[in-house]
Amino acid sequence: MTHALHARPDKRDTLLYLDGVTVSFDGFKALNNLSLYVAAGSLRAIIGPNGAGKTTMMDVVTGKARPQAGTVLFNGGIDLTRLDEAQIANLGIGRKFQKPTIFEQHTVAANLELALAGHRGVWNALVFRPNGEQRARIDETLATISLQAHRDRLAGSLAHGQKQWLEIGMLLMQDPQLLLIDEPAAGMTDAETAATAELIRRINRTHTVVVVEHDMTFIQALDCHVTVLHEGSVLAEGSLPTVQANPQVIEVYLGR
Amino acid sequence: MFVCRAIVALLLAASVLTGAAHAEPADLDALVQDLGAGGFAQKQKAIDGLAATGDPAAVRSLEAMLDGKLYRRLSDGRVAIGAPSGQVIRLSDPLTGADLGDAAPADVDRVTINNRLRAGLRAALGGLTLLSPEPSVRRSAADAILKARPEGIEPLLRQALTRESDDSVRAAMEQALAAVQLSSAPEPEIRIAALRTLSQAANQDVRALVAGLLVQDANGVPAEPDADVRAAAETTLAAIERRLAMWGILGNLFHGLSLGSVLLLAAVGLAITFGVMGVINMAHGEMVMLGAYTTFIVQEWFRAHAPGAFDYSILVAVPMAFVVAGAVGIAIEQSVIRFLYGRPLETLLATWGISLILQQAVRSAFGPTNREVGAPSWMSGAIEVAGGLTLTYNRLWIIVFSLVVLALLMLLNRATDFGLTMRAVVQNRRMAASMGIRTGRIDALTFGLGSGIAGIAGVALSQIDNVSPNLGQAYIIDSFMVVVFGGVGNLWGTLVGAMSLGLINKFLEPVAGAVLGKILVLVGIILFIQKRPRGLFALKGRAVEA
Amino acid sequence: MHLRLPAAWVTVGLLLAAAIAVPLLNLAVPASSALHVPTWVVSLVGKYLCYAMLALSIDLIWGYCGILSLGHGAFFALGGYAMGMHLMRQIGSRGVYGHPDLPDFMVFLNWKELPWYWHGFDNFTFALAMVAIVPGLLAFVFGWFAFRSRVTGVYLSIISQALTFALMLAFFRNDMGFGGNNGLTDFKDILGYGLQDDSTRAALFAVSALALAAVYGLCRWIVGSRLGQVLVAIRDAESRVRFLGYRVEFYKLFVFVVSAGIAGIAGALYVPQVGIINPSEFAPAASIEAVIWVAVGGRGTLHGAILGAILVNYAKTFLTGSLPEIWLFALGALFVAVTLFMPRGIVGSLSRGADRRPSPSATVEAPASTADPAAP
Repeated sequence: MTHALHARPDKRDTLLYLDGVTVSFDGFKALNNLSLYVAAGSLRAIIGPNGAGKTTMMDVVTGKARPQAGTVLFNGGIDLTRLDEAQIANLGIGRKFQKPTIFEQHTVAANLELALAGHRGVWNALVFRPNGEQRARIDETLATISLQAHRDRLAGSLAHGQKQWLEIGMLLMQDPQLLLIDEPAAGMTDAETAATAELIRRINRTHTVVVVEHDMTFIQALDCHVTVLHEGSVLAEGSLPTVQANPQVIEVYLGR
Repeated sequence: MFVCRAIVALLLAASVLTGAAHAEPADLDALVQDLGAGGFAQKQKAIDGLAATGDPAAVRSLEAMLDGKLYRRLSDGRVAIGAPSGQVIRLSDPLTGADLGDAAPADVDRVTINNRLRAGLRAALGGLTLLSPEPSVRRSAADAILKARPEGIEPLLRQALTRESDDSVRAAMEQALAAVQLSSAPEPEIRIAALRTLSQAANQDVRALVAGLLVQDANGVPAEPDADVRAAAETTLAAIERRLAMWGILGNLFHGLSLGSVLLLAAVGLAITFGVMGVINMAHGEMVMLGAYTTFIVQEWFRAHAPGAFDYSILVAVPMAFVVAGAVGIAIEQSVIRFLYGRPLETLLATWGISLILQQAVRSAFGPTNREVGAPSWMSGAIEVAGGLTLTYNRLWIIVFSLVVLALLMLLNRATDFGLTMRAVVQNRRMAASMGIRTGRIDALTFGLGSGIAGIAGVALSQIDNVSPNLGQAYIIDSFMVVVFGGVGNLWGTLVGAMSLGLINKFLEPVAGAVLGKILVLVGIILFIQKRPRGLFALKGRAVEA
Repeated sequence: MHLRLPAAWVTVGLLLAAAIAVPLLNLAVPASSALHVPTWVVSLVGKYLCYAMLALSIDLIWGYCGILSLGHGAFFALGGYAMGMHLMRQIGSRGVYGHPDLPDFMVFLNWKELPWYWHGFDNFTFALAMVAIVPGLLAFVFGWFAFRSRVTGVYLSIISQALTFALMLAFFRNDMGFGGNNGLTDFKDILGYGLQDDSTRAALFAVSALALAAVYGLCRWIVGSRLGQVLVAIRDAESRVRFLGYRVEFYKLFVFVVSAGIAGIAGALYVPQVGIINPSEFAPAASIEAVIWVAVGGRGTLHGAILGAILVNYAKTFLTGSLPEIWLFALGALFVAVTLFMPRGIVGSLSRGADRRPSPSATVEAPASTADPAAP
């Protein structure tokens, strides 16, 4: 098992390639020699107890944290450790935060419009007006995240679950190759959770998706490859039943 | 070598024999009356005459003349010392100090002097006070002679030297003698010997004197004709400059640490309110100001009720200032700041408003002018170190005081229950609350602690700065710079930040000037913050951002 | 977007009406008439309009982008000095010392020739350009460093305050060549028109009102565009904007430089109307006072900034005239009251009283505890 984990795939076949990544804060190793490979088009769930390094992993991929050691490559050979958040986002990596982060003072439609893929320059923004095609995409995404009826509401007035969806909708507007989604089902009702899992599976048809989640029913509904993180490195990998049967995983989760 | 020593010895011996005999009082009085004579030349003659008597009794009249307090009564032409008192001038005898009655300004003439006479007066005073029983007076007389090098002072100086018992005064007199010889002795050997003596000096005046020998005029002719003397002067000059540079560095070090300790005092309270609580208290400077005014009030009470115990007033003022500023701080926290947690920019504006109100309140109550805060005797005075370096006791005490305050604060933070709960609230407010800690109360107390320490800083600052309603404004920006530079939430960072800023400021000052130095420091910090936005001793990692 | 159209037209309409009416009532109506506006009122209100423009520049970055600059007075003052230098050069040989080139204070300091940075200011167009370029350039350099290293929130406020403080110390120095303590004053005329003439003062008023209307239009265009949306988005969730692929620092830099330029223009219009510019304009207190105008009027609403500046300054004129002791108490209380009870200001409270929208302030990032959603 351990051996299999460290079997290094070809960099060119993987969309996201993390190898031997270490991040430490004042001596505390948030990531410890972490290696993780995500193939293009796949759906990957990442689970692990608090402090396992899930969020830090996403920070490293999106340029928010810089690793002290290790390789982080995207799409065959782009070194993500040299780029900042905006550059990485423009490469095609979208990220949803754990706590829904949307522009509360803008309408739902304006939130999506701001996320719309395209030129991000200052001058362009000054004269930008969305064309018909772009408006159609906004409508399309509104339908995908079931917020058509709330188009002109201020995003801040949405319910918690709706905010989560809006944020996922913003990611879709960015049209990234890779979506990193942090705890999308947190604070959702069971019905919302099921709908969200369905939404993510639908997104996965056209995008590569990495989901961090605690909710096991949600992971089950995703029905995908699972990676278990613990103390900053990979503890186990495989289908959900496989990792759930892993004695190390049971020990970490149940403790002693 | 031997020859020149012998000559010096001979001269010394001769001067003892011919040493100025004390003049009779009558002669003295005649000379004093001559001070009021018509022409400057006659006055100079009288001054020289008085100087030649070597009688300390003449000192009062010469000092009065120098200060412009010597008058001549028009009715009888008598010279007297005058002290303006209301509409009249009170006259007293320059020798005996006996009262000579009052005079209207129109009835007397002030004895006028010019720059030349002023120099002569200083020299004469230097000579007369050389024989004073007070070592410190003799010492300053020697220093004055070194500076002025008056003609004809040499015999008197030698006489004083033979009597001198105090080693440090003797050294000063030897320096003065060497300086006099260097500027007047015709023999190159004596000048070289004098230069050798002067090479022990660490004194700007001596440096200027020696450097003057090496100056060349427009035709390239050096001021000192003798090549050997010039060579000796070069060696001496180098030695003096080395020593001066060393004392200069030590002086900068002391003044830097002194400024650093002032900054530390002003900033350490801020390190708590800003660093620990994340509250931007723009009224922090006013807490310092309140501490200073508390000192003023405490001292007024002591002056009125227990003048004998005035030396202890500061010891009473410290806890009082802590209580007053701390109480005001708690009141501010309870009435304003607690409604603004999580909104730092609003807190900033609201506390700025509070600072305006406090300033105006103090201005209305105590007036806009500076208030006089006295220094206890144990904080007055200074240690004179060589090379023009003086360490004043108040600054020394403030350095000690700031370190003690910091140490106590660290102890409070680490070793007490309050420190523990304070840190718990800072690190995880919700967890602390669920463990039964009343977080709101801890917030108020923490803010009170930060404000109280600012009040203590005010006690110390009242000793070195003007106590006025604007006192706090002068420190607020510097304090923020210290905290931001040192790193938020770290008392060691505040210490290092304060001391480095103090030292950088003082070492830049001689190079760039005080104002430009301060500007450079501010610009430097602005650039530094952009490189390390969280300061020198920043906590790293997600905990900070959580 | 944040401003319903009528409010915008009312603001522009009022400014245009003032630009025409006030000079007319001053010049064409006889002094005996009740409708006559005396010249001192014209200058006073003209000064308010300059303050209103400064308030607009602060609102643009604070209200819309969440950048609280406590050093905007520096840009205002730099614009003012640029204009002051032109007016100084216009004095020519009419100074006390009658030197053909050098301003009086340089003659007094025994300077022999004009410093290099004074050259060109005799040209009105050049001076006009410098009025916006110098503050803009300083804002660019400052912002370039600050925004790239992500200095935000109160840290930015504090270092912007340090910046204006450093400039104040610098301009107090005689050898800076800007008149030291006394600043630049004793101006004679502008473009050949005497500064003491009623007609010149009325014209300056009209120009101020028109410039304010134009700057208001510019700000409205900016905040109404997608760029304005991005700015508000940065204010409310900076890291989200970044993760959407926007270079946040460029947006901040752009709006900061524009804002500094506007502040510079405000300062340039201010100087000929008050007749002096000195280092006290750089005082940190002056900059913070300008921030409270915006807070009182209502940040995030452009006409609110204008209203706040005029109201607070009218109150200041009134109180410092009649009850000088009270003014600082009132100003201090205003700071506290507005932040505690009226965080959205007058306009914000009036126009959205029914709408339970969270105030913009609630989402501004905290200092030591950056409200960063990416953290656990």
